Amino acid sequence: MKAVKFILIGILFGIILYKSEAASWYRIYEMFQFRSFHMYGMIGTALATAIILVQIIKRKQVKDSNGMPIVFLDKDKSITRYLAGGTIFGLGWALTGACPGPMFALIGSGYWTLGIVLLFAILGTWIYGVLRNKLPH
Amino acid sequence: MLLEYIKQPWPWYISGPLIALVMYLLLKQGKDFGMSNNLRTMCTVLGAGKSSSFFRFDWKTQSWNLLVVLGTAIGGFIAHYFLSDGAAAQINAKSVADLKELGIIDQLQGYLPKSIFIFNGSWFQFLILSIGGLLIGFGTRYAGGCSSGHAISGLSNFQLPSLIAVIGFFIGGIIMVHFLFPLIFA
Repeated sequence: MKAVKFILIGILFGIILYKSEAASWYRIYEMFQFRSFHMYGMIGTALATAIILVQIIKRKQVKDSNGMPIVFLDKDKSITRYLAGGTIFGLGWALTGACPGPMFALIGSGYWTLGIVLLFAILGTWIYGVLRNKLPH
Repeated sequence: MLLEYIKQPWPWYISGPLIALVMYLLLKQGKDFGMSNNLRTMCTVLGAGKSSSFFRFDWKTQSWNLLVVLGTAIGGFIAHYFLSDGAAAQINAKSVADLKELGIIDQLQGYLPKSIFIFNGSWFQFLILSIGGLLIGFGTRYAGGCSSGHAISGLSNFQLPSLIAVIGFFIGGIIMVHFLFPLIFA
């Protein structure tokens, strides 16, 4: 039953990514040119809503569906890994127009070449895992 | 009537809060909203644990997230075939002109430019798709997250590392679009 819930959440996410045009390569291009409000409006309202939801969860101590408290972990403090990793990710995001969510929505919508992007994204993650101890974090 | 409305592109002020809803639904299931973790899980499923301890974990603890991306693909299928009128995103006219200038498009159609994403067997296309994938996969794990994990989950919890990562996303994106596109597509 739990499995069905996660698939349904994913379906909702995929529909939103597609219908919002966040999955459109053109929207990402335009966003990095700062020529349209569309993506900023979307990320901005997503973030504003998420901030409110997180605050409600924290203040009302909302429990998850298993009755366990919802906890938020702080991310490790650093600058190098976030700036370097983020920049590398941004280069790939702008080139393919797809981040790891929309990538799957686009594959589902029939753009099979995103499967090539996905395979190499898996390979890229593997390369990171192998080189991890040699990289500055 | 409602279906006609749904079939049009959704405005940002509807889509944005809905994305936050997805995050909330996952939190209610006791899970975190972050798509790029699946790339690591897929490495583990494929046996990457042999080459790095980074991939040595029980991937079944992450199978829920694989189900989410399976759903995301199904959602993309449903949206494309049943909830769309097939119109291209109406982006800024100057951006359209730039794309024509670069030879990336003849005219705006679909969600992705054909010259890159409708495979014609060229090495040029393959290199763009593969290098793009490598940058995404390597970068997102190095940064510890992608647009969902940092820009939505992390920032909504006021995480400074996420802000640094998002600034990085834009540095990379701006370098690619402004400086590298003219070189790549010249």
